[in-house]
Order: sequence, then C-alpha cells, then structure tokens
Amino acid sequence: MSAIHKVIGTETEFGISVRNAADFNPVLASSIVVNSYAGLRAKIQWSHEEESPGRDARGFGPEGGIIPEIDGGLVNVVLGNGARFYVDHAHPEYSAPEAYDPLEATLYDKAGELVLTRAASEAHALLEEGQTLVIHKNNSDGKGNSYGSHENYLVTRDLPFSDLVDYFTTFLITRQVYTGSGKLGSENGRPAVPFQLTQRADFFEEEVGLETTLKRPIINTRDEPHGDPAKYRRLHVIIGDANMSEVQNLIKLGSGAIILMAIEDGVIPDTLRLARPVEATWQVSHDLDLNQPLELAEGGTATALELQGRYLEWARKYAENTDLPEPYEQVLTEWEMVLDDLERDPLSTSDRLDWAAKYRLLQDYRDRDGLEWSAPKLRMLALQYHDVDPAKGLFFKLEEAGRIRKLFTQAEVETAVSEPPARTRAYFRGKSVRKYGDSLVAANWDSLVFDSGEETLKRVPMMEPLRGTKELVSELLDRSDDAASLLRALGENDE
Amino acid sequence: MSDREQKRTERRESETEEAVESAESVEAGQEVTERIDDLLDEIDSVLEENAEEFVKNYVQKGGE
Repeated sequence: MSAIHKVIGTETEFGISVRNAADFNPVLASSIVVNSYAGLRAKIQWSHEEESPGRDARGFGPEGGIIPEIDGGLVNVVLGNGARFYVDHAHPEYSAPEAYDPLEATLYDKAGELVLTRAASEAHALLEEGQTLVIHKNNSDGKGNSYGSHENYLVTRDLPFSDLVDYFTTFLITRQVYTGSGKLGSENGRPAVPFQLTQRADFFEEEVGLETTLKRPIINTRDEPHGDPAKYRRLHVIIGDANMSEVQNLIKLGSGAIILMAIEDGVIPDTLRLARPVEATWQVSHDLDLNQPLELAEGGTATALELQGRYLEWARKYAENTDLPEPYEQVLTEWEMVLDDLERDPLSTSDRLDWAAKYRLLQDYRDRDGLEWSAPKLRMLALQYHDVDPAKGLFFKLEEAGRIRKLFTQAEVETAVSEPPARTRAYFRGKSVRKYGDSLVAANWDSLVFDSGEETLKRVPMMEPLRGTKELVSELLDRSDDAASLLRALGENDE
Repeated sequence: MSDREQKRTERRESETEEAVESAESVEAGQEVTERIDDLLDEIDSVLEENAEEFVKNYVQKGGE
C-alpha cells in the first residue's frame, strides 16, 4: 500500500443572525443569503444520487433513522470556483472546491468568507428596514449548540479503516493546541473554565462513530468517497474549529495531510494511544498552560505538545524521503515554529493562532477596563472576532493592525472566489458553471448533468478527483462554445 | 588610569547604557500601550451596539 495524493477540501457551516429581529427564522435567513449571492453561480438541483451520508466506513450499512436530513427543498448553488453553497440545517454552508494542496485549500477556505460577506450584503434588500444580517465563521453559540467545520482528505481505500482509528486519533486530540479558535467558558456539561483553546472539544463524546449532530466522535466513519469507491475514501474530519487565521489553517490542513500520507505508507511507528481519548480531548482544550500530562494507554504520561513533537518528527522524516508538493515545506516550517513557540510562550502565537489572538485581545480589554471573565462585553468581543464582514470582524481589525500574519493578498482571495483550482476536477466543475451554467441541471461532487437541448439529459461522471484539471480539459472547454459541443467533444475524447 | 578607575569608568559607561536602554524600553512600552489603546478604541467603535442584548439573543441551531 502506498500513499495517494492528498486532495483536500473544507466545509463550513456559518453562524447566522439578523440584527433587530430577535425572532428571525434561521432557515429562511440562510436561504435568503444563499439565494442572494449574485456572483458566478448555477442554481441547480444538487443530485444526491451518489451520496450516502449514512454509510459507515467500518463496513456496516445505514443504521435506522440516522441518515441526516436531506435538503431537498432548500437552495443549492454551485459557484464558479467549483464550491457548493447551500443551506444545511439552519446554516448557510460553503463547501470549498477540492484543492490540490493545503495552501490552496486554505485560500479557498478564505474565499468562502468573502462569498458569505457578499451574499449577506446583497441579501439586505430582502430584509425589513433596519435589519441586517450578521454572519459568523464560528462553531458554537456559547449556549450548548455547535455547528460544523469539516476537513476532507482523499485517502486510499486500501488502507484499513482501523488504521486510521489507531494512528490518527491521538494526532487529532493533541493538534488542538494549534487548531483551536478559542472560546469563553465551557458547554455541554464540561467543567467550568474561563477560556479554552477550542470551540468544539466540549461536544465530542465518542471515540469512533457515524454521528455528526450528537454524540460526536473523534473519528467520523461517514463513508462517502465522492469518487471511485473502489479506490478512495474521503476521510471526513469533524473535530476541528473553523479558523479565521490563514497560517493556522495551513498548519492544520498540512499537518493532517502529511500524517495521513505517512499512515498510508505505514511509517508511523506508534499509535501513541491515550488511556481515555474523549476525556483527553476536553483536557487538552481546557489546558491554557499546555502542560497537563495525558495518560497513555501503554502507561506513563505525555503532554499534548510532547506528543505533537513526535508527530512532527515522523512527518519530517517522511518528507525527507518523499516527493511532496512544494507547500509542505512551508507547512513543516510553520508546524515546527508553532510547537516551539507554544512551548516557550503560548501567547507568542497570537500572530497566527485564533485562540491566542482572541485570548490576548480579551486580556487587553480586561487590563484596560478591569473586566471579569464573565463580562458581557468580553462575550461580544469573542463572538465578533468571527464576524466575516471585514468592516466589523475583529479578526480583520487585528490583521489590519499588523497583529496577525497573512498568507494571501486580497486580490488572490478575490480570484479564488471566481476561479476554480486548476489541478483538480473542481476546474471542470467551476468552468462548466461559468461557461455552460444555463445548461447545467444538476451537479454533485462527482458528476455534472447537462441539458443540451437533446432528448435526454447527459450525465458527465467525474469519479477521479485529479482528472478534469486545467491541463486536461482547458483546450476542450476553449473550443466548445456550448454544452452540446462540449458533450460531443467529451464523447470523442472520452475524457 | 588605574585598574580600579578603569573598572569604575566601565561600570559608569555600562550604567549609562543600561539607563539609556531602560529609558528606551519604557518609551517602547509606552508606544505599545498607546498602540493597544488605539486598537481597542477602534474596536470599541465597531463593536455591536447593545452588546449585552446581542449576546443574549445569539442562539444557533445545532448543525452538521
């Protein structure tokens, strides 16, 4: 068995509220947001034909009644950058297009914030006077309700799922020291703390499982490859926070991808299994000094930082012997730096980690105004940190003040809103939306359905995430003026 | 100059340097405080009005 290229994509459910409308309907508000988006998009039927969120990667079929509600009647659009933008439960969700590497995945995640900002601003015309939409890229309302931020990594089907459980669990628990977006207080019955590293840890209650909405598991077993099921898995990582910080997102996605490749190649030498993984998840998130010992299943203890140090060492060794795409060098440098800085002085990472930036801001306010941790003003600051509107969002204020490092220019983010990634099938999807949007009648991750005016609809399967790239299809798209000629050309090429 | 005098001069010099350094760091410290104050003032100007009410009403449905 050997590692396959890590195609990466993120999904974010955004918090939504309406100023001056306390009793607003979040499903309706989310629909208005998605419908209002005037950027390049095709309003289409999302086809659930290939989707099976109830299928379990451990091999059993759907358990009774736990298949998540399908959003049949709700709005669904595919964007010119290949993303899916729709209403999930009671949130607007942006599922970024498949990216070729972690840097690109970070860029397209950032582009999602801009999509939401533009959509919310365009939606104002449909609201009553005095009402405005507020969109937060966060994962908890502080009152016991959590909504997701998921990472997806393409993994070889040859890898036994139990290997992922064995070798990835402790990595996911300990990475919280650099993946958290920070939260005031605790939820879901966990012990009281003034502040913790992550938004999500309090909501995790199982080691492995299919659920995402309650009794959330550290390893999610949803088995929907969105590609050739004989060759691929899509590992659906639900234990992560939505990050505002670009550098943080890069470290999160890049470290995860390297460790998964190393697991596929069988070079992670130790499971580093923890004695009580679920309790350890809460413990790491609640430990602001980052020095609490975690009990190992084999006996002895280690801190989250010490265990992350092991993963980094293995990843470095792996990268030395493997030909990885260029951004992975940057990932390893940033990963090493953030672990060193967290060890030396945790708050020195406030220039790149959301939790540290937020904590430092709250601390500045406490110093200036003599506020208690329970002060409503701190709650507001902590929430507004995640506002995606650059005029209001405190993350952006810190960034403007030079307190947060950036990876991308505004121009790069804007391009990523309209242009798809060039090196995955998202290219074909996004370009088809841009050029043949009127003829696109349905889409999902691994197919597009066209109505080219002929008797029957034509379905174009895209079971290979690394086909449909710019290199493979741009010439074809250039010379096909309409969907009918595209389909004819595809038939000839069998591309 | 005797050794002692030499040492004393050195010490005086280093004391002066230290004094300059500490004055500089006080100045730098003041600058940092001012910068933070400016930032917090700016944040105060964009912070949601009726923050207490906004936070109280902020309830989301669970998702995923």
